[in-house]
Amino acid sequence: MVAVVLGALYGLGILIGLIAGLFALSFAPIEVARAIVVLAGAALILGWTILPVLTSGIDQTVEPSRLVAFPIPLPTLLVGLTVSGVLGVPGIVTSIAALGTALTWVRFPLAALAAIVCAVIGVFTCVVGSRMLVALVSVIGEGRRFREAKALVVFIPLILLGPILIGLQRLVSDDFDTLPQLAAVVGWTPLGAIWAVPADVAAGAFGRAGLEFLIGVATLAAFAIVWRWSLAKALETPARSTPAKASNRGLGLLGVFPGTPAGAVAARALTYWIRDPRYAQSLITLPLVPVFVLFYSGTNGDLTPLNAVGPIIAVLLAMSIYTDVSYDNTAFALHLQMGVSGRDDRIGRVLALAVFAVPLSLLVVFGTVWLTGAWTALPGLLGITVGVLLSGFALSSLVSGMFVFAVPAPGESPFKSKPGGGVSLTLSLLVTWGILAILVLPELVFAIIGFTTGQVVFGWISLALGVVLGTVLLVVGIRVGGRVLDRRGPELLAQLQRQK
Amino acid sequence: MTDQARIAAQDVGPALEIHGLVKRFGDKVAVAGLDLEVPSGSFFGLVGPNGAGKTTTLSMATGLLRPDAGEIRIHGVDVWHDLVETKKLVGILSDGVRLFDRLTGIQLVTYAGLLGGLPRDVVAGRAADLLQLLDLESAGGTLVVDYSAGMTKKVALACALVHAPRLLVLDEPFESVDPVSAANIRDILDGFVESGGTVIVSSHAMDLVQRMCDHVAIIAEGRVLASGTTDAVRAGSTLEDRFVDLVGGRRAGGGPEWLRRSSGSAS
Repeated sequence: MVAVVLGALYGLGILIGLIAGLFALSFAPIEVARAIVVLAGAALILGWTILPVLTSGIDQTVEPSRLVAFPIPLPTLLVGLTVSGVLGVPGIVTSIAALGTALTWVRFPLAALAAIVCAVIGVFTCVVGSRMLVALVSVIGEGRRFREAKALVVFIPLILLGPILIGLQRLVSDDFDTLPQLAAVVGWTPLGAIWAVPADVAAGAFGRAGLEFLIGVATLAAFAIVWRWSLAKALETPARSTPAKASNRGLGLLGVFPGTPAGAVAARALTYWIRDPRYAQSLITLPLVPVFVLFYSGTNGDLTPLNAVGPIIAVLLAMSIYTDVSYDNTAFALHLQMGVSGRDDRIGRVLALAVFAVPLSLLVVFGTVWLTGAWTALPGLLGITVGVLLSGFALSSLVSGMFVFAVPAPGESPFKSKPGGGVSLTLSLLVTWGILAILVLPELVFAIIGFTTGQVVFGWISLALGVVLGTVLLVVGIRVGGRVLDRRGPELLAQLQRQK
Repeated sequence: MTDQARIAAQDVGPALEIHGLVKRFGDKVAVAGLDLEVPSGSFFGLVGPNGAGKTTTLSMATGLLRPDAGEIRIHGVDVWHDLVETKKLVGILSDGVRLFDRLTGIQLVTYAGLLGGLPRDVVAGRAADLLQLLDLESAGGTLVVDYSAGMTKKVALACALVHAPRLLVLDEPFESVDPVSAANIRDILDGFVESGGTVIVSSHAMDLVQRMCDHVAIIAEGRVLASGTTDAVRAGSTLEDRFVDLVGGRRAGGGPEWLRRSSGSAS
C-alpha cells in the first residue's frame, strides 16, 4: 500500500514537473519549444502503441480473446474500449500532459487553442493506436512460437540500451542544432504531425499547420479503421490456440546425425538450439558483438578493434553450453533411464555446438581480418579462437555435469532470473571465464607477442598450440566430464528436481 | 546385453527384490526399511496414500535416486552396482518429470530408442508401432510441448517401451489419460505380461488396481503393510476397504458441523 501511494506521489511529481517544464518552454524560442513538444509527442504515441504489445498482458481485460464471450455490438465495444483507455490512469496522465502543451503556447492565444484541440486528437491517437496494435497482433497470432519470438525481439533494444542512450546524449549535447531539424522531419510523420500544429500556428505558418493537422487526423482515422477491422476479425475467429498440426512427420536432425547415443544427443541438442528460445538468446547477442566492440573502443573510423570480434564470439559460443544439463531440467532423467554413458552425453552436446560454432567463429576471424587488412595477425587470431573454442568445450563439458545452475525452466522467458536454487549464474560465469583465460594463456601469450613484434612466426606457434593443446584438453574434458556424469547422474537429477 | 544373457537373467528368481531399503530427506524418513518382492511375469500394483514413499521407492529401484541403505536386484542384477545393465532391463515412466518437449512425438520416441543404443532402423519401426498403439499417430509431428496432459503421459510411456525392457515400472500411468486410451494402455500392458514381461504400476485408483493387477502391495510411511496376490491381500473385501483398514486415518463422523447442509441455515 505504501508502495502504491509512493508510486502515485512519484507519478504526480513527474506530472507536475512536466507541466512546469511545458510552461517554462513558453519562454523559449518557438523553434526550440516546437522541437521538444514534437519529439516528445511522437515518442508518446510510439510508446503507447508499442508498449502494450511488447509487455503483453498489462491490460488483459481488453484483449480481444477475453471479449469474445460478451455479446457487445462492435461500435459499442469500440467506443467503450476507447473511453476506458482515456479514463485509465495512464490515459488521464497522458491527457493532462498533452493539455499542458497549451501552456507552452500561452503567449499565442490562437496556438494555445489549437494545442487543446490537438491534444485531444493526440490522446485519442495514443489510445486507439495501442488498442489497434493489440487487436492486430491477436489476429496475426498469439501462439507459443509468436510469444517466444516476441520475447527475444524485445531483448535487442534492451541490450543496446547503453549505446543508444549514450548516442542520444551525444546527439543532444554535441549537436543541439540538429534537434529542430529532426523535429521538422518528425513533424511531417503521422506520429509527430499533430503536435507540430500549434507551433506552426504560433509561428504564423497557417498553411503548414493545416497540412499537419490533416496528417494527424488522418492518422487517427487510419488507426481507428484498422482497429475496427482487426477487432471484428479477432472476435470472429477466437480459436487461435491451434498448434502447428502434424507439420513435419519426419525425424528432423535425428535422421541426419549418426544413429548412436552420442549422435542422438547431438541431434537433440542442435534441435534445441533452433527451437528453444533459451538457446536462441545466446545466439541473438552475437551479431551485436561488433557493434559493442566498435562503440566502446571509441574509435574514429579505425577498424582494428574489430579483430577482437572473432575471439570474443568464440568465448561466448564455447561457454554457452556450460548450463546445458540445467537447461534440460528434469527431462535429463531420460538420459539416466536409458543408461546413456556420460561420455556419449558429453560428446553429443559438444558436437551439436561445434557443428556451427567452429565454422562461424573461423568465418568471423577471416571476415574481420579481411575488413581490417591485418593479415599478419591472422595466425595469432586463429590460434586464440581455436584454443578458446576447444578449451571452452572441454570446460563446459566438465562444469555442466558437476553443477546445477539457476536457469529459467523450459518454456519460461529466457530472461527470467531465478533466485537461489543453484549456483549463482553470474558468479559461476566469471569463475569459468577466468579458468578459460588460464587454459588459453599459452595461445594468448604467443599471439600477443606476435601482434606486438610483428613476427608472424609467433602467430603460427599460437595456432599450433591452439590446435594441439585444445584437442588434448577437449579429450580430457569429455573423459573426465563423462566419468563425473556417470558417477553423479542420480545426484544431479535430484538437484534438478529440487530446483524445479 | 546379448539375448542369451537376457534370457538367463529372466530365469533368475523374481523380477525385483528389495531388502531393507532406506531413504531420508533431511530429517524426514521417506522410505523406512522397505522389503518387497515382485515375481517375474506378474502385473504388480503398488498402492499407498500420498507421501507413502511410492515414487521414492520406484526411483531408487530403477537407479534414478541413490538409496541411503538397502539392496535392490532386478532379475538378479544389483541395480546400484551395475546401473548400465539395469537400465537395459527396465523401462521407466516417471511421474512429475519433464520430457524433451521441444521434440515432436515421433522424434522423442526415436530419441529414447537411439539413447538406448538401438539401431536406427529398429527404432524407426518400433516408434511407428508405439505411436499407432497409443493413438498418437496423428500427433506424431506435433511438438510434445503442445500435447495435452494425457498425450504427454502416453508419449512418455512409448519412450519407456521402445527398448523392449523386461520390467516396466510405471509411476501413475493412468493419471489424466482418457478412458479409451487407458483401456488401450491396459491392453498393451496385459500383452506385455502375457509375453513374459513384468509390470509394476503405482496408482491411487484402487478399483483399477484390483481389476488389473494379479499382485499388489500396500505401502504407507515408507513400509510395506501387505503384499501378495491381489486376492490374498484384499481377503474377501474390496481392495479399497482393505487399504483404508490397513492405512487407517479415517475420521469418524461426517466432517465438521458447519459443513452439513442439513444442520440448518447459514446464519
